[in-house]
Amino acid sequence: MPLTAVLEPGGDLSTLLYVLAFSLFIIGIKQGTSPTTAKRGNLIAAVGMAIAVVTTLLLDGIGNWGVIVAGLLVGGAIGVVASIRVQMTQMPQMVALYNGVGGGAVALIAWSEFRHGAGGDFPLESFIPILLAAVIGSVSFWGSNIAFAKLQDLIPTRPLAVPGQQVINAVLLAAIVVICIVLGINHNDDPSQALFILILVAAALLGNLVVLPIGGADMPVVISLLNALTGLSAAAAGFALDNVALIVAGTIVGSSGTILTMEMATAMNRSVPNILFAGFGGAPAGAAGSTEERPHRSIGAQDAAIALAYADSVVIVPGYGLAVAQAQHAVKEMADELEKRGVEVRYAIHPVAGRMPGHMNVLLAEADVPYEKLVEMEDINPDMPRTDVAVVIGANDVTNPAAKDDPDSPIAGMPIIEVSEAKQVIVVKRSLSPGFAGIDNDLFYLDKTAMLFADAKKAAQEVAGEVTNL
Amino acid sequence: MDLVTEFTIFVLAAFVGFEVISKVPTTLHTPLMSQTNAIHGIVMLGGLIVAGFADGALELTLAFIAIAFGTINIVGGFLVTDRMLGMFSRKRPKPADDEQGS
Repeated sequence: MPLTAVLEPGGDLSTLLYVLAFSLFIIGIKQGTSPTTAKRGNLIAAVGMAIAVVTTLLLDGIGNWGVIVAGLLVGGAIGVVASIRVQMTQMPQMVALYNGVGGGAVALIAWSEFRHGAGGDFPLESFIPILLAAVIGSVSFWGSNIAFAKLQDLIPTRPLAVPGQQVINAVLLAAIVVICIVLGINHNDDPSQALFILILVAAALLGNLVVLPIGGADMPVVISLLNALTGLSAAAAGFALDNVALIVAGTIVGSSGTILTMEMATAMNRSVPNILFAGFGGAPAGAAGSTEERPHRSIGAQDAAIALAYADSVVIVPGYGLAVAQAQHAVKEMADELEKRGVEVRYAIHPVAGRMPGHMNVLLAEADVPYEKLVEMEDINPDMPRTDVAVVIGANDVTNPAAKDDPDSPIAGMPIIEVSEAKQVIVVKRSLSPGFAGIDNDLFYLDKTAMLFADAKKAAQEVAGEVTNL
Repeated sequence: MDLVTEFTIFVLAAFVGFEVISKVPTTLHTPLMSQTNAIHGIVMLGGLIVAGFADGALELTLAFIAIAFGTINIVGGFLVTDRMLGMFSRKRPKPADDEQGS
């Protein structure tokens, strides 16, 4: 025995230490909402976690140290290596994956608890939370894995709809509820292990089927929602295990995650039920005539370089495509070349630019773009009419003037960066293909718009080269 | 702890969670999601507890995976959040690279 148990589970000292731990979580999250304190907040929450873990390790009844040490070492090593290796562009997938393992852990803990309790006296007040933890944990694990696979391009990011989707989901959910009730009736009478495993499987299917039909661009909201769900499942496990730290931390993540999810959805002008049940982006709704060729102007890197080099003010609008092409460093070089010539360069950041709200800020910060050059949408729009050239790199729907002008557009009302107000627009894009909304972008066909058809990274490098040669 | 006490704590914690997130600048959505993500790694404690009474190969395996998953969640989550936030603070205005809003 490497350690002697000193703390009583549910005793005064262990409970007080847990209270200290979750107080630090709350302070940590609070500080995480402000740019100046976020880093410290994360550290404070991590200290809270260390206290919670050590307290638990010292509890009476903790045993099987070989398993514990092995789990800590393996998990710790994977966690460290993964967080060092991961690219900033891959952050959304990383969050999805961490989320999944959290949910998976809850489901496995619930299974363990179920085996442990079955056969003896099994009070409903721990039985019910176990079932809840199993269902939510399993949904979250599989849902997050699908989200990960979509973001990592392991499976197509477009919505994959199965016919009768909603019906299948409803049937699965009903089946889960029925099995839970059957198990609940027999809770003191050695409830069936097979039925419990069936719940895990049905919840796994449900998790897969709910996330599969959701398009890649909505994935951030889904990840955030799954994050909240995993928190709730942890709280349910806390009820089952009579552990106050799990209840509080899980619940706080559940409720704060819900708020965060709704804020994200609002920024994208989407509602959560809409994302989960509508499969928007699947069919090009209302854009039937969009396949016809419309006249547009195409230019090369050299023309773009001339337009940019002789401008006074340039606004770069980075988007999802920039993140995918990992073009942030090349774009920074291009901006540096322009600044050497006295051009004022700023970046307009749409709230949902990148693959996740705030993701573009991280990417540009990584590329050493000074913080003060990033301008939020509300602040840049009034400056647009005075901007000589707006360069749209890998962004699409967030610049579509239809959101403002066409009340029938599927994206009507979505806040956009008003690049069409600028004197001249250069759009760097691989083709005229529509964005995730599946609708044509009127911006591409304006007289003032020039299309530079190329990969974002290559285009930025070429333009930077041409600017130096001027 | 009886169920009603636990339920009381649950409800109060839910309100705390709602209150603590108010008007987050979009810049911080990604890091904050990642941080709360790390916090639900608290499930690792559950893994430690079930390891205590785990009996037989299946239960030991379940406990092992649960602990490993929970630890990945905690360690990876906090580290990656720190790395992400480091990208911001390293770029804050030049004099005194300490946190100090410009």
